[in-house]
Amino acid sequence: MIIYVARRLGQSVFLLFGAITIVFLALRVIPGDPASLILGSQATEAEREALRADLGLADPLLVQYVRHLGEVVRLDFGESWRLGGDAFAGVLERLPATLTLAGYALALTLLVGFPLGVYAARHTGRFADRLVNYLALTGQALPSFWVGIMLVLVFARTLDILPATADGTPLALVLPAFTLALPFLGWLARLVRNGTLEELGKDYVRTARSKGLSEQVVFNVHVLRNTLTPVVTVLGLVLGNFIADAVIIEQVFAWPGIGSLMIESIVNRDYAVAEAAILLIAVFYIGLNLLVDVLYFWLDPRITLETV
Amino acid sequence: MKTTAARVAGGVLALFVLVAVFGPLLVPYDSVSTGVADRLLPPGSTLSDGSFALLGTDQLGRDLLAQVIAGSRVSLLVAVTVVVVGGLTGLVLGLLAGYYGGWLDAVISRVGDMQLAFPSILLAILLAGALGPSLTNVIIALAVTRWVIFARVVRGSALSARNREFVDSARVLGAGSVRIMTRYIYPSCVQPLLVAATVQVGLTMVAEAALSYLGLGVPIDQASWGSTIAGGRDYLASAWWIAAVPGVALTLVVVCVGILGDAARSGSGQASAAVVR
Repeated sequence: MIIYVARRLGQSVFLLFGAITIVFLALRVIPGDPASLILGSQATEAEREALRADLGLADPLLVQYVRHLGEVVRLDFGESWRLGGDAFAGVLERLPATLTLAGYALALTLLVGFPLGVYAARHTGRFADRLVNYLALTGQALPSFWVGIMLVLVFARTLDILPATADGTPLALVLPAFTLALPFLGWLARLVRNGTLEELGKDYVRTARSKGLSEQVVFNVHVLRNTLTPVVTVLGLVLGNFIADAVIIEQVFAWPGIGSLMIESIVNRDYAVAEAAILLIAVFYIGLNLLVDVLYFWLDPRITLETV
Repeated sequence: MKTTAARVAGGVLALFVLVAVFGPLLVPYDSVSTGVADRLLPPGSTLSDGSFALLGTDQLGRDLLAQVIAGSRVSLLVAVTVVVVGGLTGLVLGLLAGYYGGWLDAVISRVGDMQLAFPSILLAILLAGALGPSLTNVIIALAVTRWVIFARVVRGSALSARNREFVDSARVLGAGSVRIMTRYIYPSCVQPLLVAATVQVGLTMVAEAALSYLGLGVPIDQASWGSTIAGGRDYLASAWWIAAVPGVALTLVVVCVGILGDAARSGSGQASAAVVR
């Protein structure tokens, strides 16, 4: 167990290092010359030269990269020219809003997706079963930002029962959380359905039935427990995806989280904030993946080091 | 049932391709021409110059049908180019990694792992933002995020084909590495690659629309479904069709691509892949 966790932890650190490298390359190598961006077209070449030396851009790329690694480890992303003050602090300030949104979306996915999947498994071929199938197929294909806008159109603009943007009330959570949850609702329901069907065909179910247990007990006590393991582990992945997808959904609903902050920063070329935001999201994504793997290992005693 | 759905989906997609290729010739879209008198007209209106706007007009009085048709061209162009560029890159790197193994495989696979440590849409947003809005940059940003998926699929197939008997016999007969890769291993990678490509076409279309929606995609003088939706967002109460129509088009095309992808996958006997992006 400890060996496995240590190995996965090592991999995660490596992935995080990779993420930092990719963001460094994307932000420092591609966008051209920050000095002329900052100073504008009026500046002389000497002024640009001076600023470049000041920003450390005159050094070789490798030197910049190593120095940057050190800064990132100390969570020093620099100043935000747009927000004023420390970029990382600005991102942290927006984090609770994103976590709230992702948390509600996760609760929604579970509370609807799990029962729906169980119901579909017990009524295969019926309406609920087909619904799960369609939801799984279209939910993943639908452009979620557009779904969000259409929900605003129906529930905020036409029926006027829910707020369209974050106005501080709990009701404002409903539309963005549902938009975020929709692609994974059908997916989870299908996962639960297939898992349940697989468990129902196993020997222990036949044994339980043959010793005279009622169908209710067989299902609620024995089958459900075994379908829970994959669901629990998959929830971490879903949560990671929620935090990533929230980048676009937050923009649709003007939700004040790190996603909308990241887009605003990129559009306004406030790269210190953009980098802090994207790396924080990457940390969550990698961390949740790690958590899932460890949970999976811990929950299912049949898995050994050799099988993973 | 399945084949009927696949046939309908194929028909819709054929229509989409025809519209994207020839539509702009029949219904030209001019991003600059605006008519203040014709702003926000509902579908089925007659414009001040006597022309008929089947899908209404947008906030600047531009015909929505022409805009959606122009958007279909961008959508198709981006999706096909990204999948071809990303697919070819993934094919070459995946073949090399799967066939040679060793350090080459380790490097290619680890770089892929690093990239997948990121949600791919975030990387695309970052690259598109850093590169600035243009059709080429959108294609670059998306192709960079897609090659890994193709490389993984091809690597897996190449790895299993590498130790098959016909490859051994070719090697014994003196075939070189390049010949073995192109003549013996490549054919077994084609079908999984095509299945992955079909799925990626749909995902790329959604990603392009999302980038353009955020203002990081194609520049404003080109119509994209995403930017049309973004424009319509502020007029939901007065002109719902601006945001609704391009989204319906996008959804329809992407769902049809998904249906075809499912059909291709079940036809090729591959297990349904988990689709958490």
